[in-house]
Amino acid sequence: MGLAKRIIPCLDVDKGRVVKGVKFVGIRDAGNPVEIAKRYDEQGADELVFLDITASHEGRDTMAQVVAEVAGQVFIPLTVGGGIRTTQDIRRMLNAGADKIAINTAAVNRPEFVREAAERFGAQCIVVAVDAKRVGGEGEPPRWEVFTHGGRKSTGLDVVAWVKRMVEYGAGEILLTSMDRDGTRDGFDLALTRAVSDAVNVPVIASGGVGNLGHLVDGIKEGGADAVLAASIFHFGEYTVEQAKRHLAAHGIEVRLPSDERAPR
Amino acid sequence: MSSVAVIDYGMGNLRSVAKALEHVGHGASVRVTYDPGLIRRSDRVVFPGVGALRDCVAELQRLGLDEVIRDCARNKPFLGICLGMQGLLDHSDENGGADGLGIFAGQVRGFADTLQDPVSGARLKVPHMGWSRVRQTRPHPLWEGIAQDSRFYFVHSYYAAPANPAEVAGITHYGHDFAAAVARDNVFAVQFHPEKSQQAGLTLLGNFMAWNGRA
Repeated sequence: MGLAKRIIPCLDVDKGRVVKGVKFVGIRDAGNPVEIAKRYDEQGADELVFLDITASHEGRDTMAQVVAEVAGQVFIPLTVGGGIRTTQDIRRMLNAGADKIAINTAAVNRPEFVREAAERFGAQCIVVAVDAKRVGGEGEPPRWEVFTHGGRKSTGLDVVAWVKRMVEYGAGEILLTSMDRDGTRDGFDLALTRAVSDAVNVPVIASGGVGNLGHLVDGIKEGGADAVLAASIFHFGEYTVEQAKRHLAAHGIEVRLPSDERAPR
Repeated sequence: MSSVAVIDYGMGNLRSVAKALEHVGHGASVRVTYDPGLIRRSDRVVFPGVGALRDCVAELQRLGLDEVIRDCARNKPFLGICLGMQGLLDHSDENGGADGLGIFAGQVRGFADTLQDPVSGARLKVPHMGWSRVRQTRPHPLWEGIAQDSRFYFVHSYYAAPANPAEVAGITHYGHDFAAAVARDNVFAVQFHPEKSQQAGLTLLGNFMAWNGRA
């Protein structure tokens, strides 16, 4: 009996509403983060990630309200990311009920921010999110670079060196997104996932490219991911989280199946 | 009305614990507080926390809460969570060594950097983060209605090694077995986070809110 691999649905939130249209049956209000979070919780999601894609400052207050409302009704770990730039931002989200905070651009802009955040709030709640893009030409060994601004802005940082440095600074977990695969439904960048997972001794969440349940198996078995994050395959109701877990279990991967644990002695 | 104090000594996110207790507490008053009087007057006490043990004990002493915790651990239903479990032991190896409150005999030890799965040989990451099974090693009112070997959510790099095996109430395997729960009389303490462990965790917290403190 070991540690279960985790499945983490991700919700993009803009001005307090879930965007990228959630379409599963029985949800009255597809944009309501609380309803969607409750549904994923019932399906057996191991954690939830909320990414705030709101540009404005006022929108962030709305995000804190969303987190507070979800945290009062869903009792699994909640990670919040998007626009986190100061320890004040972190404190506000933790006070609202978030358990972990994902830091992305702010870490690139000022790496010491990660160290300060981990010292102040504990490494266990600091997730460093990394957007990676493959660089280098044909025939060269694969190499990845850290990008920001949704993959538009190059930083010149090597992904493997960067994640090692972030863990040294106190990151408790790495959320790794392949910008080449994000939205393609072609599966994770497995070489990238493996390179990062082998490089650090903290858990790695693979993200970007999931189009079917086999991709989740590959991310764990071939990529070495500790957790897999997906959005569209769950949002569009193609698969439930429970179906995904049963698929992983059928491939010999240990998962938490709450429905198997409900029966009292 | 029944009341529960969640001890706030400035370490970790106590909002989650308070929200979960409110959810299962049947209208009980949930107070997140560092007021020694309020803690002493509450019907039950939760001692949560994340972070380093040395900082935890220093803060408790600064706030005059170490004696309050020792007293409450003698006379009312008391639940330690995560660092709040580790703090109940004698001593921790963390950061070159730190004394705990000594309510349970034993040590707090760190997972080795070279931790491996004994069967597969696979490297195990530290912190131990995620959902692991808890083997209930003996019946207890707080395990009521929770299936044997249910999974709970863990986040920790250190674990309790109680000196007295009779005080272990649950074990988990991560590289090796460790105490996931300890219990004696009116005190129960867990390494995992019941407030983040969905149904199994809520059941445990609900049991705690209904517990008369007798094992």
